Amino acid sequence: MNAPGSPDPEAPVLLEQGAAGGPGIWAASGNWTLKALAGRFAELERQIGAAARGASGWDLSGIVSLDGTGALLLWRGWGHRRPGGLALRPEHEAIFGALATAPLVPPKPPRGQAGPALWHALLGVADHVLEATRLLGQLCIDILRWASHPREVAWREISANVYRAGAQSLPITGLVGFLVGLTLAYLTAQQLKTFGADVFVVNILGIAVWRELGPMLAAILIAGRSGSAMTAQLGVMRVTQELDALSVMGISHTARLVLPKVLALAVALPLVTVWTSVVMLAGGMLAAKAQLGMDPLQFVRALPAAVPYANLALGFCKAAAFGGLVALVACHFGLRVRPDTESLAAGTTSSVVSSITAVIMLDALVAVIFSDVGI
Amino acid sequence: MNSTAIQVSGLHTVMAGNVVHDGLDLSVLEGETLALIGGSGSGKTTLLRLMLGLMAPQAGEVRVLGHPLGACAKRDLELVQHRRGVLFQQGALFSALPVFDNVALPLRELDAFPKDVVREMVMFALAAVGIAAEHANKMPAELSGGMVKRVALARALVLGPSLLFLDEPTAGLDPESAKAFVRLIRELRRSMRLTIVMVTHDVDVLCALADRVAVLADRRVIAIGPLPEVARLDHPFVRNFFLGHQSQCAEDGLRSYRQSLHEEALHAD
Repeated sequence: MNAPGSPDPEAPVLLEQGAAGGPGIWAASGNWTLKALAGRFAELERQIGAAARGASGWDLSGIVSLDGTGALLLWRGWGHRRPGGLALRPEHEAIFGALATAPLVPPKPPRGQAGPALWHALLGVADHVLEATRLLGQLCIDILRWASHPREVAWREISANVYRAGAQSLPITGLVGFLVGLTLAYLTAQQLKTFGADVFVVNILGIAVWRELGPMLAAILIAGRSGSAMTAQLGVMRVTQELDALSVMGISHTARLVLPKVLALAVALPLVTVWTSVVMLAGGMLAAKAQLGMDPLQFVRALPAAVPYANLALGFCKAAAFGGLVALVACHFGLRVRPDTESLAAGTTSSVVSSITAVIMLDALVAVIFSDVGI
Repeated sequence: MNSTAIQVSGLHTVMAGNVVHDGLDLSVLEGETLALIGGSGSGKTTLLRLMLGLMAPQAGEVRVLGHPLGACAKRDLELVQHRRGVLFQQGALFSALPVFDNVALPLRELDAFPKDVVREMVMFALAAVGIAAEHANKMPAELSGGMVKRVALARALVLGPSLLFLDEPTAGLDPESAKAFVRLIRELRRSMRLTIVMVTHDVDVLCALADRVAVLADRRVIAIGPLPEVARLDHPFVRNFFLGHQSQCAEDGLRSYRQSLHEEALHAD
């Protein structure tokens, strides 16, 4: 407010008065407020501390305006106690009275859990697995109930989720699928060309896309896109007490919120997978034409022979399982969100990471099992 | 003492196609407590948000401490921001931070005090609003409604503002905590010489705190003045609002109500 450099008549000032030779009386004047003291706190505290050793009294009646910061500064300078011979304005009495009784030391923050971090991480994972299993069991019970009470089936929620997770994700899955198919075909074609085994580009692409890459890519994209949204939705419903509102109405969280999402993704993901796989193969076809000069018609004709029917069925079933898994993991983390923003952020992050990890683990498991079966 | 802290002139606000304020004028004097009342949808909270600079009006001007919001230099705006405190209706505590860090945040942001001083300032601010030290490490979700309001008040006041905005200060509190909270605000108002602008629906709060009352209706301020004067006004909203409270809001009733609050405060100590 004042031009820099000009003396401020209201600045906090501390002066020794009178009592030549003997211990002096220190007088304070001006504004002793947070704004006036900002930046000068340490300097004034030292000054008061030094003065406190030889002072016979303190005259604070010259202080125009005093707030908690100013009072705290004096209090600290005095060594956290009231000095002798203190003269105060009556309206400033209360604040020093409050300082004398206020606990100024914050309690120690609670200690973290004892024991090695690895042990707690393992316990945490076990807890998640247990909880998710319980959720899955509850969903099974809900499905049985739906089977016997078909009128309770939440068709509207299911169809809304199919639309949101399925139809609305077609552009992004299409774009990513096309580019991945293109890249894959280019790289394979280069290698195959050196052996003169050009036609096998169809086999490699066909098997890889239908059986592995299509379901996987679609699942990862949907986990990032719809899984995170599901976790965030359930988390915000916890924060705003909407989950509690549902509970008191006697509406089950699992039947109304979780099961429609799980079923919807189990339906939507196979469809998205078919779309992604087709677009990936189209990208591959284009690359084969450019790199190997292979006629697109030849590519399409060779495809049914290269990809046995079992691979199609396997890819389709895997996609359905991935979809259910992504939604289950997302809802599990959403329901565990505590009512604060930090927990919401952490829950959404863990949800996406865990669902992608779970999808890849399930995929590996399926690959091992079916290699023994011989498909 | 009688200079204006906030000057609102010719305010015209449109929200989602609805005209909320049309040529609204209002001034808040320094050192007074002004209460805004009005039916739901009358634009009280919107007016509060405009005074805080959280929204910009379509036309008109809001001057806070002499600086026109939205049209002043960044330095002036910062000055205004450091001289005002806001108590939001739900407290608006940072849910990811414990109580202590919530109150410490504005001080750390200021970056003008050493760490151990900040610690003592926060604990003193918490003690001033009646929060015991053992609650300092709790998360906002673990607090009761009354404690959330107290912590939010401590956060609003920790920088020593001269202007305090209260949005429904007693909403969601039981009568006993509401009374205690009002007493707390009265005490702090006296010791910190606060100018207070508040939105409220609670007649008891009006009686205990308000120096002047402004009634919002028909997109403008239809009346402003001391509570007994406003309570006598012949307007459907005002009649309903003070229904059953007329005697409490008359001069004599007001005096005895404030006296009883004061005595209760002494008794409580």
